[in-house]
Amino acid sequence: MRVVVQQEPFDLGAEANAFAEADTGMGAIVTFTGVVRDLARGDLDVMEIEHYPGMTEKALGKIAAEAKERWSLGDVLVIHRYGRLAPGDRIMMVATAAPHRKDAFEAAEFLMDYLKSRAPFWKKEITRDGADWVAARDEDEAALTRW
Amino acid sequence: MDILYFAWVRERIGLPRERVETGAETVAQLVEELRGREPRYEAAFADLSALRVALDQELADFDAPLSGVREVAFFPPMTGG
Repeated sequence: MRVVVQQEPFDLGAEANAFAEADTGMGAIVTFTGVVRDLARGDLDVMEIEHYPGMTEKALGKIAAEAKERWSLGDVLVIHRYGRLAPGDRIMMVATAAPHRKDAFEAAEFLMDYLKSRAPFWKKEITRDGADWVAARDEDEAALTRW
Repeated sequence: MDILYFAWVRERIGLPRERVETGAETVAQLVEELRGREPRYEAAFADLSALRVALDQELADFDAPLSGVREVAFFPPMTGG
């Protein structure tokens, strides 16, 4: 299990390859990548991501450990960035390895659902006209009830 | 104890963290104490349903006791991913 919180970009291909090659007993690798999406108006300059150093690592570690308990998984990888990002930049990725695909898919979805509402990150969208904190969505909170 | 503020809570209060001596027994009592200080605290804590709290880096409720707690953090609902 690897949890990384960093400011720098990460190499999606290299991370996915290394993760996939680590254990030949795994028949399924699922990866999810979150990308900074431009606003509908197409005017997003910067997405600033703030986090709570210390709690962030703990919360992500706890979520990843719970996924390993609930599904039959080989390994779990979570990388999440903070700082100033531009549209198109990759914010985060999760990867799950499992003997079979169902566990890998479900665990990846579980990780994403929890990471959205239980990991202490906050996003701010900055445009030429000003800055707005991204509000949490009720659907994201509701998504947790299915687990 | 240390009190930390994040995102718009930090912006409204104008500080990322501060050290507070308090006799508050619960988070709710601490919030009341802070709200009484200055309008910027009142503005930050006006709607508790829009806030979350962590005690020693674990999410908690507003009625949670503060005994033994070293670090309290207030922030809006999280938006990771």
